[in-house]
Amino acid sequence: MKVAMAITEENLQAKVNPTFGRTPYFLVFNTETKEATYRVNPAMNASGGAGIQAAQAIVDTGCDAVIAYRFGENAAKVINGAQIKSYKAIDASAEENINKLTAGELSPLSDIHPGYHHAN
Amino acid sequence: MKRILVLSGKGGTGKTTLTATLVQMLQIKAFADCDVDAPNLHLICAKKEWEREDKPFLGMQISFIDQDKCTGCGKCVEVCRFDALVKTATGTYQVNPFNCEGCAVCQYVCPENAISSKDNITGKTSVYTHEDTVFSTAQLNMGSGNSGKLVSEVKKNLDDAVPKNEGIAIIDGSPGIGCPVIASLSGIDLALMVTEPTSSGLHDLKRIVKTSKIFATKIAIVINKSDIDEEGCQLVEAYCQEEHLPIIGHIPYDSTVSKTINKGENLADIDCPSSKAIGKIAEKIPSFLEK
Amino acid sequence: MMHIAILSGKGGTGKTFVSTNLSACIKGSTYLDCDVEEPNGSLLLHPTITSKEVVTKLMPETNQDICIGCRKCVDICRFGALAFLGGKPMVFPEVCHSCGGCTLVCPTGAMSEKPQSVGILENGTFLENNHITTGILNVGEASAVSLISAVLKKAQNDTIIDCPPGSACSVMESIKGCDYCVLVAEPTIFGLHNLKMVYDLVRVFKKPYGIVINKCEDESNLIDDFCKQEQIEILERIPFTKTIASNNARGHLAVTIDQTLHELFSDLANKLKERTSL
Repeated sequence: MKVAMAITEENLQAKVNPTFGRTPYFLVFNTETKEATYRVNPAMNASGGAGIQAAQAIVDTGCDAVIAYRFGENAAKVINGAQIKSYKAIDASAEENINKLTAGELSPLSDIHPGYHHAN
Repeated sequence: MKRILVLSGKGGTGKTTLTATLVQMLQIKAFADCDVDAPNLHLICAKKEWEREDKPFLGMQISFIDQDKCTGCGKCVEVCRFDALVKTATGTYQVNPFNCEGCAVCQYVCPENAISSKDNITGKTSVYTHEDTVFSTAQLNMGSGNSGKLVSEVKKNLDDAVPKNEGIAIIDGSPGIGCPVIASLSGIDLALMVTEPTSSGLHDLKRIVKTSKIFATKIAIVINKSDIDEEGCQLVEAYCQEEHLPIIGHIPYDSTVSKTINKGENLADIDCPSSKAIGKIAEKIPSFLEK
Repeated sequence: MMHIAILSGKGGTGKTFVSTNLSACIKGSTYLDCDVEEPNGSLLLHPTITSKEVVTKLMPETNQDICIGCRKCVDICRFGALAFLGGKPMVFPEVCHSCGGCTLVCPTGAMSEKPQSVGILENGTFLENNHITTGILNVGEASAVSLISAVLKKAQNDTIIDCPPGSACSVMESIKGCDYCVLVAEPTIFGLHNLKMVYDLVRVFKKPYGIVINKCEDESNLIDDFCKQEQIEILERIPFTKTIASNNARGHLAVTIDQTLHELFSDLANKLKERTSL
């Protein structure tokens, strides 16, 4: 399974970033091959629609699951629309989150908020 | 860290004065001014001897036409929805940076490839630091948009600079209900809404409450200049009761306020009816944050 | 026909107080409320509403049957308003700036634009034969500019434009096409600080301007000093009294109950007519 999450640096020990839309990087981890790749978030400096663009970047990684603290409703629409499962992050490193996920110990994410509109 | 945002809907109700007073009374070490269009908190809260770091803020990239390549064919004008292209004296076109929204549709249609995107400085952020205190603010350049993103930048600068993720942070918000307000509402634990007992104060309070409810933010109401109109005050209280909005305090009209603020001084240092009332509000803040 | 914009850098200085009372002193004039996030003029003018209009912006819509999933629309969008899911685009209207790019690049015509509401206009009359149009932005709608533009189209005869506070894009839109800008300032340090911003704005846009100092308590104040320094004309000084504040708070239009203020605003109207007839 490929799982993605927002992260502040290219390091498995870094914590999952509570900011989703404008996180600097996304980590994509393949639980079978144990391969970790990092993608720069194209929405990092977006003026508006960051949640949508960040979610699109996640969809384009072809991942099956995403771990996050929360998303805005626009990002959620994209993630859910692509049928990617979302899980609630715990306050720990990316590696620990991944381990918890594979052990079936992460809860599904239900914290969807209306979004922090920036568009002028 | 718990975050309090001070909002009002209507301008001039006393957000900045209240924020400045609470910052001093509660000895807040992390505070910000998200009224990026017309920031005022620094006039009371920033001291000359504090260190300050300024950074330019880039809004949306805007389009720019290479005058050597432009043939004046006008295809860009045909597609521009924002009236952002002006004809120059030589018959070529150039972009009006005030109107350009950065959509780049003109770039798509230009047959000469004369148009490209360039960075556009639309404001600046400032972070003041002194010992363990951090104050984050910004100024949007006049005529600019993207204030929502600048607001987010102010908050991010505050979060990045705060040494410990504990205590209370207070953020001075902006008037209205538009993008800077919406952007400031993210991650807020308590929105203090300042209103006045006037018809416009109540009218605007209703709209800001409606906006905040979209985010399910905890709200508490402050009625400022509460004694200028008893009937008006009762109307505000009745509305708050109907909507289950707790009133955290009333502040009486006090002519000492403007005299104090105009000297660049903080009400917290003055003994007067309004500062006493704000003192009572300050005492209730921790319990309101817990609820 | 003069078009006068009333603005201030800071909220709460008295733009609406000045605009409504000024308009009330000019027979047959039009009051336009461009403070579309928090419009308050009607609370003082108590108009009879004669019509309401919905103001829209164009939003893209995909015809899924014709769409070939080429993704050109998603790629051209600079605002992140289009996502690509299951081989088809998904539109996010509140982030869309209505630039028309996606519709332009679509090779099959599957992408088209449909109007969507951003707010409403309430048109009406007040006093004997004055007109009012109020723009009311939908809650949650981020951009006021298209609504303000629609309000401005309702200008007729002498028009007074009540602008939003600040000096950002919505204010810029409100002063487009006006003949003169009245800057309302309050004599406080916040008031002076924010006055400087609109002062910059009106000069960049080369609009003639003058200042009205509101809530004057002392003979001379911070604003006076600034005006002297910059050689800005002070058109009027409005005193600060509890009566004026209280009447305003209750939604009473000052010029209809206070003779001194009626004279002051009539004088302001005459000054403005003089300055715009050059």
